[in-house]
Amino acid sequence: MSARGAGAALVVAALLMLQGGQPAGAEPRSGIAYAGADVRAMQADDVANPGMLWVERGAQLWSAAPAPCAGCHGDAALSMKGVAARHPQWSAGAARVVDVEDRINACRVERQHLPPLARESEDLLALTALVATQSRGLPVAVDVDGPARPAFLRAQAFYAERRGQMNLACTSCHVDNAGKRLLAETISEGHGNAYPAYRLEWQNLGSLQRRLRACLFGVRAEMPPEGSPMLTELELYLGWRARGLAVESPGVRR
Amino acid sequence: MAFARIQLPPSVKRGDPIEVRISIRHPMETGFRVDDVGRTIARNTLRDLVCRYRGAEVFRASLGSGIAANPYLRFYVTATESGEMVFEWVDDAGERGDARAAVVVA
Repeated sequence: MSARGAGAALVVAALLMLQGGQPAGAEPRSGIAYAGADVRAMQADDVANPGMLWVERGAQLWSAAPAPCAGCHGDAALSMKGVAARHPQWSAGAARVVDVEDRINACRVERQHLPPLARESEDLLALTALVATQSRGLPVAVDVDGPARPAFLRAQAFYAERRGQMNLACTSCHVDNAGKRLLAETISEGHGNAYPAYRLEWQNLGSLQRRLRACLFGVRAEMPPEGSPMLTELELYLGWRARGLAVESPGVRR
Repeated sequence: MAFARIQLPPSVKRGDPIEVRISIRHPMETGFRVDDVGRTIARNTLRDLVCRYRGAEVFRASLGSGIAANPYLRFYVTATESGEMVFEWVDDAGERGDARAAVVVA
């Protein structure tokens, strides 16, 4: 191999390591591994876990008239199994990457002929929680090849780019300093496998996009509006970072 | 839109304690918070929660602004006969809610 070839190989190796989003060779660790015993116990217990309230509400909506979801999809436990683990994914119809919330709203508009639900509305969170719960325990496995590739690469660049008044990139905390302390908090690797999750800070269930916006607010950066393509693409990138981690929805986080 | 999830053991022996667990969807707005433009958000918390077992009151709680959103309560009741356990509550806005579950004494 020529010196130039060796240099190129090094660059490729460095890029591959950067792509990993974790220290080379390390398995991703779910945010629950960084949480305290009380939060872990709350998430593990389906009665104490407040997120289950939304799941139950979602199950009511699933079979509610008019135009029940169950009319086409039947039992959510069967038809929605694994769906959340594969989202966000490329939608040929929408010609962009869509997340579970987008899918639900597309179904409402195109098939049920109902108005779309607002992001972070009680009903959309409930339906998303119901769908996501059916993937509990399954490994996150998003497809970042094929038509979703450009979106994935955009999100990857976003993730590594410094932004906001604090001039921090996502990687500054969640890759370079994961596991270290930030005042009273332990910095997690920033995986989205528990969302929609009940955050004790919010006293409410919230989507991954809400969490991403909260993170951007924290570094005093511009927050893309809820449902914007940038956030959905970031969700795709996070799914790729968390590949193999078990879905925990509805999770509990601080 | 206040609703609840109740967990009781599937069946229980006469005279044994039953573990009753309930979680209620409610924002428990304290009245101390302000919105984005500085207006006070009106207080709205669950006030009184009553549990009746076969018609007799077995548990009562007064909740308020010190309780987190979506309150979760756990208590024990001695099983006597099979019957219904009924929860009823009212919040500051005057909205009433109820939830029920069957106690099966084997």
